Amino acid sequence: MSAMLEVRNATVTFPRPAADGGRLTAVGGATFALQAGEILGLVGESGCGKSSLGRAILGLVPLAAGEIRWRGRRIDTVPREAFRPLRRELQLVFQDPAASFDPRMTIAESVAEPLRALVPQLSAPDRAARVEAILGEVGLAVELAARYPHQLSGGQLQRAGIARALIVDPAFLVCDEPVSALDVSVQGQIVNLLARIRRERGLACLFISHNLAVVAHLAERILVMHRGRIIEDGLRDEILQAPRHPYTRTLLDSVLAVEPVAARRLIAARPSSRDAVAAPELTP
Amino acid sequence: MTGSLWSEVRAALARDRLAITCGAILAVLALAAIAGPSLLDYREDEIDWSHMAAPPFEAAGHWLGTDRLGRDLLVRTLYGLRVSLAIALAATFVSLVIGVAWGAFAGYWRGRTDALMMRFVDVLYALPQVFFVIILTVVFGRGPLTILAAIGAFGWLTMARIVRGQALALRERDFIEAAVVGGAGTARIIARHIVPNLLGPVIVYATLSLPQAILLESFLNFLGIGVQELLASLSNLIADGAAEMETAPWMLAVPATCLMLVVFCINFLGDSLRDALDPRER
Amino acid sequence: MSALLEVRDLTVDFAGRPAPRAVDGVALSVAARERLAIVGESGSGKSQLLLACTGLLAANGSARGPVRFEGREILGNARSAAAARGRGIGFVFQDASGSLTPHRRIGDQLVEVAMASAGTGRRAAVDAAVEMLGRVRLAEPASLMARYPHELSGGMRQRVAIALMARPRILFADDPTTALDVTVQADILALLAQLCEDLGMALLIVTHDLGIVAALADRVAVMYAGRVVEVGMAAALLSRPRHPYTAGLLAAVPRLGGRGELATIPGAPPAPGEWFRGCRFAPRCPHRAEHCGVDDPVLAGPAARGVACHFPHTGSDTA
Repeated sequence: MSAMLEVRNATVTFPRPAADGGRLTAVGGATFALQAGEILGLVGESGCGKSSLGRAILGLVPLAAGEIRWRGRRIDTVPREAFRPLRRELQLVFQDPAASFDPRMTIAESVAEPLRALVPQLSAPDRAARVEAILGEVGLAVELAARYPHQLSGGQLQRAGIARALIVDPAFLVCDEPVSALDVSVQGQIVNLLARIRRERGLACLFISHNLAVVAHLAERILVMHRGRIIEDGLRDEILQAPRHPYTRTLLDSVLAVEPVAARRLIAARPSSRDAVAAPELTP
Repeated sequence: MTGSLWSEVRAALARDRLAITCGAILAVLALAAIAGPSLLDYREDEIDWSHMAAPPFEAAGHWLGTDRLGRDLLVRTLYGLRVSLAIALAATFVSLVIGVAWGAFAGYWRGRTDALMMRFVDVLYALPQVFFVIILTVVFGRGPLTILAAIGAFGWLTMARIVRGQALALRERDFIEAAVVGGAGTARIIARHIVPNLLGPVIVYATLSLPQAILLESFLNFLGIGVQELLASLSNLIADGAAEMETAPWMLAVPATCLMLVVFCINFLGDSLRDALDPRER
Repeated sequence: MSALLEVRDLTVDFAGRPAPRAVDGVALSVAARERLAIVGESGSGKSQLLLACTGLLAANGSARGPVRFEGREILGNARSAAAARGRGIGFVFQDASGSLTPHRRIGDQLVEVAMASAGTGRRAAVDAAVEMLGRVRLAEPASLMARYPHELSGGMRQRVAIALMARPRILFADDPTTALDVTVQADILALLAQLCEDLGMALLIVTHDLGIVAALADRVAVMYAGRVVEVGMAAALLSRPRHPYTAGLLAAVPRLGGRGELATIPGAPPAPGEWFRGCRFAPRCPHRAEHCGVDDPVLAGPAARGVACHFPHTGSDTA
């Protein structure tokens, strides 16, 4: 059975900010596959290209090389207007919920918008019913629907963000650092919600994060990215216990336990090494 | 924080005494311009043979005096205010519609299309406005429509530039990307997301360009290109009054004060609006 | 014995109607060479507390309450960073850009600080600048001094920001590693620990990350909705928390070996301006009772181990 999503040798480049031109490679030759209903974790630090890869899959950013196949069809060459039907199947949850909502629209209007654009034949009452249903599914109180984004907390907004992504019944969800902007005591609510929804709907999911511990809670399989390349691809337990790539090892070794003895030992073990000489800032 | 942008703006304005005062004055003037003439005894072109060039408060019924032809100055001023405001509002509205549409699309599309559209704006900017107006007048004759076209044809340029800058910044924000992911097309994004979010600077600029339109109309009038006598605007009255400045100063003072009052109030109100809409103040 | 830094009943309010309060009567102290961590989430007031202590509160904020550094009242005195540095107070923020001037070379900025603090001539100041860069473990100081801040990585900028603080007796740090990658974070924390040792420096670090607390802190104060709800030695507090919020927070941290559902605290912290009578954590607390909504809990307990809760977890503590 072929995979639902296939990414082969995907490369994303951006023009360098400097006038002397040349292009910056944000993602170089990424290859992986995702089965229906599978949740795949994508871990890496800032600037490693994980967000660019997620956006390339959704057709928001063009590929410089390689291909992306969804249900066997190539989608990286589909022009923007023709991509719209695909948007019913491929959706995105944003990192900063506050920024991802139009401050001038109520939550209900924002959550309903994908329906208006992608399922225009729905009548207004049907639309309202679906909005109410999806808000219930993500645990958002109905009275919050008439409020504006600045009146909701981070956790509530992210629930609304998930509702908006789910309202068109997608088969695949890209979650781009969905809990990084939230308080620790609230992160778990969203992670648990995503896990539950994925189970109930059989969604395939690409969960992108810089936090290895969070990813490890959710994903059976994990990809590790570093400087635009996927350097490790394996089952969660393998990666945590026996990582193959030295960078993965470094990543694991940098995660601080909430236990003073272990934590102090970790930082005492840092070589008082000297950083490499200053390199030009890479802006992804 | 109560709710939508507009409720916050209303609340902020309600606390601003200057804004309330100016708003009140403008409301009174507007009301007077619309309803006033029908409440007064005299019609605007009615000649009172017995009271020619009468100073204010002297002749019966002529609160602000009469002009050289015995026409009631108050009524004429109110009519003039009506004409001036109508032209200014219409011209501003036209330039708003064209400017916002032009700037929003240019900013959203970016790249070569944007460059082309804004170069067109730059070219028009470089044209001498008066020259263009004269040509318009020659072709279409003198009349309020010509004036409207002349003011509107140039008024949209600055608006387009402002809007384009705002749109350029707005399109990078996450919620625009969210709309794209949600399947929205360009038209929908511009209409529902870009334009509503740049209304703040647009409203402020439109408010502050109203007085400009009024003054521009006066200037064109001064050049002899303005509205016809029959449909006298404030600037006509001011021009007439200037000629009689030494013998009948009220003929200048009344319409000039009215014009000054309107321009001041709109400017102050525009300033208050801008402060109320400033996100840092909220 | 008086502490290096002593804060008593600090209150921070902001302009507005009604005036939202960010910090509500906080008391704490830092001894010389001690490392105190203040933990809290959004709305806890931890950042405002730090800004008030360093005199960097925004113009529309006002702080009240004695804040004494080495016995001298520092609240309300000169707000300039240079003056604070002269008093032996240093600070580091999340974003090094706050401390570094973007359009001047690193070398120039360091030399200026060296000349101001030691009152030396330029030549000696350049040597001092090289020494400062070495102290924060940056390689090739000579070539680095010719660079501009935007040419460095985030971690290196943070090191330079730390180097700019000329031998402070106490360093205030506001989430200095949040914007950095996790690998760089560990290095910066190691550097801070090392500096505290080398310079005999005290540290007051504000963070939301309990891992950083475990790695760096001698003592911890937990803040929630403007108040300190628990305080104690790091080892004791992290292993045997007494306040339900501390316990909930510790449980909610995702651990590498963890599986299944993540522990969480239902609801969200109240924002400033939305505070209410009684314990502010009560709506989210699994142990809440009638009493909790009525009386404000007060920080109580032995001097080194305080809890502000009507029903704290009991158990023996060896503070």
